Amino acid sequence: MFQVRFHGRGGQGVVTAAELLAVAAFDEGRHAQAFPSFGSERTGAPVVSFCRIDDREIRTREPVMEPDALIIQDATLIHQVDLFAGLVHDGYALINTSRPFNELGFEDSLASFRHDRLITCPATELALEHLGRPLPNAALLGGFAALTGQITMKAIDTAVRERFEGPVGERNAAAAAAAFDFVASKVKELARASTD
Amino acid sequence: MLRQIEGSKAIAETVALCRPEVVCAYPISPQTHIIEAVGAMVKSGRLAQCEFINVESEFAAMSVAIGASATGARAYTATASQGLLFMLEAVFNASGLGLPIVMTLANRAIGAPINIWNDHSDAMAVRDAGWIQLFAETNQEAADLHVQAFRLAEELSVPVMVCMDGFILTHAVEGVDMLDQETVDAFLPPYEPRQVLDVDDPVSIGAMVGPEAFEEVRYLAYLRQRDALERIPEIAREFTQLTGRESGGLIRSYRTDDAEIIVVALGSVLGTIKDAVDIRRDAGERIGVVGITAFRPFPSEAVRAALAQARQVVVLEKSFSTGFGGVLSTDVAMSMRDLDFDLRTVIAGLGGRAITRRSLEDMLKRANDDELEPLTFLDLDHDAVERERERMRKVRRSGPSAENLLRDRAAFSSLPRGGGA
Amino acid sequence: MTRQPVHFYQVGSFAVGNRLLSADDRTVQSLRERTNSIDSGHRACQGCGEALGARYALDAAMRATNDRVVAVNATGCLEVFSTPYPETSWRIPWLHSLFGNAPAVATGVAAALRVKGKSDVRVVAQAGDGGTVDIGFGALSGMFERNDDVLFICYDNEGYMNTGVQRSAATPPAARTATTDAVGPEPGNVFGTGKDLPRIAMAHDIPYVATATVADLHDLERKVERAMELHGARYLHVLVPCPLGWGTASNDTIHVARLAKESGLFPVFEAENGTLTSVSTIRRRVPVEQYLLLQRRYGHLFGKNPRPDIVARIQAMADENIARYGLVDESTESTEVNA
Repeated sequence: MFQVRFHGRGGQGVVTAAELLAVAAFDEGRHAQAFPSFGSERTGAPVVSFCRIDDREIRTREPVMEPDALIIQDATLIHQVDLFAGLVHDGYALINTSRPFNELGFEDSLASFRHDRLITCPATELALEHLGRPLPNAALLGGFAALTGQITMKAIDTAVRERFEGPVGERNAAAAAAAFDFVASKVKELARASTD
Repeated sequence: MLRQIEGSKAIAETVALCRPEVVCAYPISPQTHIIEAVGAMVKSGRLAQCEFINVESEFAAMSVAIGASATGARAYTATASQGLLFMLEAVFNASGLGLPIVMTLANRAIGAPINIWNDHSDAMAVRDAGWIQLFAETNQEAADLHVQAFRLAEELSVPVMVCMDGFILTHAVEGVDMLDQETVDAFLPPYEPRQVLDVDDPVSIGAMVGPEAFEEVRYLAYLRQRDALERIPEIAREFTQLTGRESGGLIRSYRTDDAEIIVVALGSVLGTIKDAVDIRRDAGERIGVVGITAFRPFPSEAVRAALAQARQVVVLEKSFSTGFGGVLSTDVAMSMRDLDFDLRTVIAGLGGRAITRRSLEDMLKRANDDELEPLTFLDLDHDAVERERERMRKVRRSGPSAENLLRDRAAFSSLPRGGGA
Repeated sequence: MTRQPVHFYQVGSFAVGNRLLSADDRTVQSLRERTNSIDSGHRACQGCGEALGARYALDAAMRATNDRVVAVNATGCLEVFSTPYPETSWRIPWLHSLFGNAPAVATGVAAALRVKGKSDVRVVAQAGDGGTVDIGFGALSGMFERNDDVLFICYDNEGYMNTGVQRSAATPPAARTATTDAVGPEPGNVFGTGKDLPRIAMAHDIPYVATATVADLHDLERKVERAMELHGARYLHVLVPCPLGWGTASNDTIHVARLAKESGLFPVFEAENGTLTSVSTIRRRVPVEQYLLLQRRYGHLFGKNPRPDIVARIQAMADENIARYGLVDESTESTEVNA
């Protein structure tokens, strides 16, 4: 089972992101379960959602306590929420930011994790570019596909277009594709760096 | 067709396939997505021959359903928590009048302190209201139970409440094999009321009954619930024949064949329990699970048979009787009377407290070592409670307990409160 | 058939028997084919205003709809006295659910009829003043606001008579009830309280709002007929004296209802879509004292320790109603008042 936890703020499509990932996994013939951490629905409030992907029936209903991957839609949450709680030691984290990693104030929390799996991606900028709105969720799913290989870009693309009809779907899919490319090249870069 | 779909949406679409004629709704979390989706289907015309009424309270919602059902229409509504309590008088009235209304209960805690998250306090508060209460383990089962509920309700002239865990199921997106219209039509015949308001054959419904017949009337209701004990598994079998899928029935056992310890529970937590049991099984402990689908009528005989050989029965409940302890435990104990076994009650998941596999594993291990107290509160912060007790002993105006406890516990949790499970 | 002209004998009430009227003007009750929606044999008290009002109202509704009426009833006297199980007085389909939900139940009945295509069948919901202005108020306001196709009739006897004469929000000031005793410096119900439901109903802009009393049964029938010509939420508020609760003689029910209207304390009017359309003017104005004196619930205002000050405040209420609704025809007032 592969477990993902999404962090973001109300209004950023955090719950939708988990649902899209579940739908994408389902489209690839896998079992998937997405659910929000409920209650904090106010705009701007910290929101958490979860997605599990497995090859067999998913029975558990507990929140994701030990995620294999984190998708952090808003890096400023670090001041409010223990974002990396429970992340497995070889886990992935995809952080939406355009700022360099060392400016985020994450170093202390991240010392024990595999650095080649901690990736930043300017998803909000990509969303603004392709969508015209600062909604980073679809873009981050593209980045997630590139980072983890748990889902294909094609499945993400299909799920996004199913969810958002017409031009909005097009643009979200474009943002996701751009983020996929961005993260893919970054992953390669890091891999090269580690072999050097 | 298998679809990756939100629980609420799956319920709404399945209810629509049941061809309800009057749907009334008052919004309350976590039921909202269900009625929103049904409302949209009526408004768009996709669900034809149906009146969708936005009412001013839950009391009105159940009352509209009563009026509609007494006029021969198939009536549906949904609620949760405070809403169920607000309509309580009409809930009893619907069953007393023998009106086969189907209602989804998106299980949620009852305040104060106000809490929108899941537990089973609402369902337990109305366990004696004369309704049939069915609990869903998954969204698949929740959807399937609605079709069975209409069939059961209308056959017996008893209202049916389908209980599904609020948020945990209602807001979870997972795979649900959706029924089609043809299948539902084959399973669910049109509603033929036993008694109806008809200008060509006038009857008086809801007359006063004095001591000379009231007990008999109540006993008849008891017999109808007994009949339901027969019909629930039969209808579930018929459903399986039609769909190839097992949904509903009275109880469901998991790895109980050689089990010395059996955990009994209701609803979606059964999934997490099964995962925990598998792990304890791997460690050599002989533990099994019995999930109760039909809570009212309570399937005493089936429960007794399923638990008969267990040395210890652990009833895990998402509700409790404040002045006593377990609610479901009492029913289990009554079903098991004169059998030699240990009963343990574990109260868990109140107000949305996450029930984690790890806590369950630990609890099962203690059960296996005969270390479980008769009444255990899973993951209770005893220290925080003790500190608050101390404050209350020392200072008369020690402040609101909920707030004190929250402050006290703030450091413990980094995730937003609530979570899943 | 030639008709014999008959003299019109005045007996002081302006009322005439059906016998004296042309066939077209007679009441539904005078027809042999009336439905007897509430049949005889019920358990209402002697002189019950509610039984009388309900009988006239429902038979008129039946006649107006070609006998296609379903009735919904709130808990209360009407429900209790009409259905002592296993007997029932109702010869029309009738449903009692609870005290406070009759409007919502009626909404459900109307919705079911609509979805089943039975547009010819009409819904009448009925309740006492407690079931209307107090416990059923939220549901009633909801029914009004949604403009559900229901005629809601309130039989107002100004208190909880079924439970032993307690105060409701329709109990008038100074009236003694079991919960507003006639003791202390301000005996009886408190001034400045209470709910004027017809005006609240009008504020919902529903198609039809009317008031009536059992003193003018022609008027009551006519208003029911008018209500049944319309669709949507309609409200009829009927004053029905209660001999038990008011402490009136059972043969004074009609008389005391007439005095309520003629004193100006109970304005009789009609409104459509929120606008007043007709007012029943006072034919012979009487001081409120005449109305109050017949009722033991006001006994503490008279007798050994009379309270003319309180009577004057009640008179002022009547005067306000007269001014608000124009209940006195100015051109004839001087003669009427002194008659």
